[in-house]
Amino acid sequence: MTRTPPLVELRDVVFGYGAEVILDRVSLQIHDDDFLAIIGPNGGGKTTLLKVILGLLDPWSGEVVRRIPGGGACGWVPQFATFDKDFPLRVRDVVRMGRLSQRRGRRRRGDGDDRDDETLRRLGLIEVADEPVGELSGGQLQRTLIARALVGEPQILFLDEPLASVDLELRESLIDVLVELNRTIPVVVVTHDLTPFAGAVRQIACVNRRLHYHPEGRLTPAMLEEVYGCPVELIAHGVPHRVLEPHAHEPGTGGRE
Amino acid sequence: MTGLAELLSYEFVRNAAWAGLLGAVLCGVVGTFVVVKRLVFISGGISHAAFGGLGVCYFLGLDPRLGAAVVAVLAALLLARSGKGRGRSHDATIGVLWAAGMAIGFLFMHQTPGYAPNLMTYLFGNILTVGTSDVLLTLGLTLAVVGALWLWFDELVAVAFDEEFAAVQGVRVRTVNALLLVAIALSVVFLLRLVGIVLVIALLTIPPVIGLRLAKGFLQVVLLAVGSGVAMALGGLSLSYAYDLPSGPAIVLLGAAGLGVIGLAGRWRGRRRAAGGRGLAAAAAGSTVDPP
Repeated sequence: MTRTPPLVELRDVVFGYGAEVILDRVSLQIHDDDFLAIIGPNGGGKTTLLKVILGLLDPWSGEVVRRIPGGGACGWVPQFATFDKDFPLRVRDVVRMGRLSQRRGRRRRGDGDDRDDETLRRLGLIEVADEPVGELSGGQLQRTLIARALVGEPQILFLDEPLASVDLELRESLIDVLVELNRTIPVVVVTHDLTPFAGAVRQIACVNRRLHYHPEGRLTPAMLEEVYGCPVELIAHGVPHRVLEPHAHEPGTGGRE
Repeated sequence: MTGLAELLSYEFVRNAAWAGLLGAVLCGVVGTFVVVKRLVFISGGISHAAFGGLGVCYFLGLDPRLGAAVVAVLAALLLARSGKGRGRSHDATIGVLWAAGMAIGFLFMHQTPGYAPNLMTYLFGNILTVGTSDVLLTLGLTLAVVGALWLWFDELVAVAFDEEFAAVQGVRVRTVNALLLVAIALSVVFLLRLVGIVLVIALLTIPPVIGLRLAKGFLQVVLLAVGSGVAMALGGLSLSYAYDLPSGPAIVLLGAAGLGVIGLAGRWRGRRRAAGGRGLAAAAAGSTVDPP
């Protein structure tokens, strides 16, 4: 199958902090219709990998190629609350920052306000749009960060643990939003828990210093054992059991139906 | 009000009032970034380092303002380069700049032959000695600094709020941070004339803190900071004239008193609201609200 060149391509990327190697010869391609989940143990380098992809961290060696159409921005939803909660900004102001990359040349304040409102409404934030961002609940803040990533009409969307502080009801609608977005752009999700994304994910990358890529969006216990360094039990909820393979030793438990 | 009219009939008072107004605008705009980005210590380092340049220029018979400006900008660029990444050494670098600047400044002033400049003027400022040329210089500086910050306002706020997200958006974070530090440096040099090295921090912090207490949005905070800075400067100047007080401390203490009153009023209102049982928390329906 011939495809257009990948939007993002990592070749033998090595990165670390101090003397410690966090990512060891990592190669990865992200194509324009991917829904990629990056999973792995805590401290395995998931967030670091994302920051290398986004260009926030420069690799020690190897190559990172980004071919974002039209030089457009990457949408990025960072892991919850890296900023100062006392910062004097309203929800609306934070969301508006997502359009910073679109403004070139002369600014016109007020442009794109409709789009902000539409995004705020879509994520159920319109009622708190004029509240200080520091007074939001965890779930509201998470949605604000997602709204901020979406207003810029990103050509690719990266989310770091997007469900961390989101209640069950909201999870469903968020995943629906992501699946809908995935019809037009690739979506990359860093998560420690694949289960909620089971029906959406099409590719899986397991990161624990090394990266193991699974283009079919399925996991086997053997793969997980390789990544986590110990046997991992697979648990599935809901109908789509795409993430599961029949267990080699105990046939029938949690298998793919 | 006849007192004020009489007061303003003196040229040196008019100059002082203009200087105060311009200073308030600078402080409100620059200071808001200083406070929200927690650059108070850095600003202190820059202002004290500037004293070194001031002393050297004094010794060489050059305009001390020039030396202060050059050293302040160099210190700002040095600090912008060393960056936040290496937290501990960055903090210590500020301390070294702070002390070395003061030592150099004092040393060269001490070695300057002839008439010894009044050290107190530089440490605590004297807005009443500001001349017409100073006012014009400051007007230019204020326009330049405020204009630059206005042009880059969205970028500056974005970087101050969430550096990494701004970087992903294609904002040149290092350039924006350097711009801010240079703006701080230039403002600090000017503010030295008003309130001196020791009290400069008060002008950069008190008005924005008042703004932060009263407003939600960033721009509103800036405007309120400018407003309270103007009130501080002109009020302090009047107090200084009326009671024959040194102008720097009068300005600073008036601001501190104002902040205290606003703080107490806010606390009193908060308690009343809590007693009423329906705060913002209830209005936000189920959202958790951190106590301010």
